[in-house]
Amino acid sequence: MILSSHFNYWIVIVLMMIGFFIVISHGNLVKKLMGLSIFQTSVFILYISMGKVAGGTAPILDEAYSVYSNPLPHVLILTAIVVGIATTALGLALVVRINEAYGSIEEGDIEMQDCDKLDKENANK
Amino acid sequence: MSAHLPILQVILPLLAAPTCLLLGRTQLLWMFTCGVSALCAVISFQLLHTVHTSGDIIYSLGGWSAPVGIEYRIDSLNAFVLLLVTSLSTVVLCAAKQSIAKEVPESRQLYFYVAFLLCLAGLLGILCTGDAFNVFVFLEISSLSTYTLIALGRDRRALWASYQYLIMGTIGATFILIGIGLLYMITGTLNMRDLAQRLPDVEQAHTLYTGFAFFIVGVCLKLALFPLHLWLPNAYAYAPSIVTAFLAATATKVAVYVLIRFIFNVFGFDFSLSQFPLPQIWLALGIIGVFAASIVAMSQHNIKRLFAFSSVAQIGYIIMGLSLGTAAGVQAALLHVFNHALMKGAIFLAIAGLCYRLGAATMNEFKGLGKQMPWTMAAIVAGGLSLIGVPLTVGFISKWYLVLAFIEKGWWMIVPFIVIGSLLAVVYVWRLVECAYFQEADSKREAGEAPLSILLPTWILVFANIYFGVQPQFTVHATSIATLGLFGATP
Amino acid sequence: MATAIAIARVKDLFASVMLTGIYSLLSAVFFVLMDAVDVAFTEASVGAGISTILMLSTLTLTGQYEDPTRHKTRTALVVVLVTGALLIFGTADMPRFGDPQTPVQTHVGPHYLEKSYEEIHVPNVVTSVLASYRGFDTFGETVVIFAAGIGVLSLLGFSGRKEKTTISVSAPMYQHRILRVVGKVLIPPILLFALYVQFHGDFGPGGGFQAGVIFAAAIILYTMLFGRQAAEEVIKLSWVRLLAAVGVMLYGSVGLISFLNGKNFLDYSALAADAVSGQHYGILLVELGVGITVTAVMILVFFSFAGRVDKKAEENE
Repeated sequence: MILSSHFNYWIVIVLMMIGFFIVISHGNLVKKLMGLSIFQTSVFILYISMGKVAGGTAPILDEAYSVYSNPLPHVLILTAIVVGIATTALGLALVVRINEAYGSIEEGDIEMQDCDKLDKENANK
Repeated sequence: MSAHLPILQVILPLLAAPTCLLLGRTQLLWMFTCGVSALCAVISFQLLHTVHTSGDIIYSLGGWSAPVGIEYRIDSLNAFVLLLVTSLSTVVLCAAKQSIAKEVPESRQLYFYVAFLLCLAGLLGILCTGDAFNVFVFLEISSLSTYTLIALGRDRRALWASYQYLIMGTIGATFILIGIGLLYMITGTLNMRDLAQRLPDVEQAHTLYTGFAFFIVGVCLKLALFPLHLWLPNAYAYAPSIVTAFLAATATKVAVYVLIRFIFNVFGFDFSLSQFPLPQIWLALGIIGVFAASIVAMSQHNIKRLFAFSSVAQIGYIIMGLSLGTAAGVQAALLHVFNHALMKGAIFLAIAGLCYRLGAATMNEFKGLGKQMPWTMAAIVAGGLSLIGVPLTVGFISKWYLVLAFIEKGWWMIVPFIVIGSLLAVVYVWRLVECAYFQEADSKREAGEAPLSILLPTWILVFANIYFGVQPQFTVHATSIATLGLFGATP
Repeated sequence: MATAIAIARVKDLFASVMLTGIYSLLSAVFFVLMDAVDVAFTEASVGAGISTILMLSTLTLTGQYEDPTRHKTRTALVVVLVTGALLIFGTADMPRFGDPQTPVQTHVGPHYLEKSYEEIHVPNVVTSVLASYRGFDTFGETVVIFAAGIGVLSLLGFSGRKEKTTISVSAPMYQHRILRVVGKVLIPPILLFALYVQFHGDFGPGGGFQAGVIFAAAIILYTMLFGRQAAEEVIKLSWVRLLAAVGVMLYGSVGLISFLNGKNFLDYSALAADAVSGQHYGILLVELGVGITVTAVMILVFFSFAGRVDKKAEENE
């Protein structure tokens, strides 16, 4: 019983974790942002799943239907999607500037350059 | 009109931000922003007064009463933090004009003021609201504008710091979102008061544990609790100096507030602190955080980075206070929130003055500054003394209360750690003093005193440090009322 | 799910952008299945539309391949597994999927479904919750968009006016005459459709946000076909920036009006003599505010990116 009813949630969790894994393990800045958006999208799916009522229909009132899914999670997720795209846009803008400043969008390269600079500063001491 | 004060508190800066775009002229912008922030401070003072005299204020947005709509709820706890945030932002803004003119290119100054107001509005929104999802929305307003503010720094590392913060911050926010979602799933409500009433019915649910864990971890990321602090040092070090002063004084404090609010008013005290090994974890992390961050701070060459690590250490103290779970502990934590904001505000503003004259703030630049910029250096030293916890400064008050709280609980073992932590602070502050007063400037540098517009706000904060150190009645009174409110609500 | 794994594996960033788009579309399909039509609409236009365009513009600036070396893989794996395990643990006594007796379905939700028609008289419950019951969240959301726009502008700025009239790279489809003709024919209906979505949100899925995205998409399409310079002649960017502010202020001023009339912030019933028609005006106005801000910010963001692409192309020449 649990198996069938929770299958949905488990898939969501696996998706979430894939996204999360991409964010942490990948060095490429754009890829990280993609991972972040997968992570967020799967959270959205989790929310939307909560609102579903078996046999229900979209919450647009009509005399033909009596069972509707809960509109509240939908509203929350609309807001969250917008927040997500706002973050992605800002993140990408940062990536563009980082690429201009460092000539790379790989985490490793950037940290190496910063370390070199820090060493130089310390050497001047 | 006074009935609308809670909402005015938030929408004033919120609507002022787009108005800035219409104004356009920098001179005007600065005055306008300062004015708005000062007005907010007045409102928050009025709110605190109202709450103390006539109890909590509830304001239903859109006329829909909670839990159907969103409500604002001001009590003695958030009124206190509101006053802290608005007054510090006003003082910091007073110093902003010249510092920003120097550190941010002309074409971007407009965006600085807009983002600053948005960030302020976001923080105030988090403080006022009584709705869990609304916290998330305003958290993102303040975060997005913070990323913008940090990226305005001159150094290219500011961009990298901002990106790192964006990734960490968004992970934190998403964790919070998951936490809120799980709570919503088992209770069907988003209103904090309503959540608090419905959660005890489902106390044994695994889902609740998971939601709790996600929420706490998410907030701790924002809070920069060791070891989740990785974003903080770079962000503070490379952001424009004014931004550092503002963030250090307010942003992490608001995260502490969220933590306290949820632990005591939503999850309930019994649930959060007795069913989990959370106090132990926090105590351990707090102590390790104080030590690790202080030790790293000692070896820092960049002064902003040094004090950034010291901020991580101070957060350790705050968390230690919370981990006690007693009224005295929470009061000590709240006191330290307030006092730490004053210290770091003063120190970072003084550093802003240094950066204005010298262009950078490294140990190298510090040599001989004691003579060249006596007032600015004196401010840093005063802030440093407060950080150490020397009597007659605010730092002493909060450490004293912290020690008392530990003794009251009977955890004698911890007291030496607090003392040693303070000694570590002596070491890194002393390095600065030695550099500034006992070493000669090695280059022929003509550095005069910082401009008055920066020096004056700095000294206002320094005096606040001393005033509240000598006369702690106001802060002690306000925090004790707030603490009583917290413990009264959850018997 | 397969798509998500593929995204993780593929080294070619262009491919993974496309896969992200597909992933987004698939989740939109899922949202439709879950009865969340409004959400699906938004996810499709945002995830598959706007974010794909932005990512592609970024990639043209930064290069297409990622460095295959991974750091911290083991730590990442541990962190992810712990988090995942915690979540699985949390599902153990979650309410069953689709169960009508869960707290979510019985506590606050029913109020919206049962009372909203009477109180607000709008058939699409999502719209009434979004714009009225939780109107303050939506205000916050509009401000988030505005904040992001400000952030992108402060980072990328729009480059100054240029004399050059050569075909810019941001108009990759300029050479195709057929596309240009088709585009010219298509753009007016898209704009019309955007307006329809804007004002029809009361009855069907749609509303200010989706309309804003579509409106912006039409203008972005125009830019891709005719070049940034041509588009900038039609719309002045400083005006667009102003519009972004105006949208937020429109929303805010609706709230202010209601409390000048003695009601609470964003209480639309203060807008007209009759509470229900007041709600109607209120929803209409705030949705308009959202629409204006979203359109303006999307255009600004796109132009900022496109401006950078052009600049790079010029430097390469």
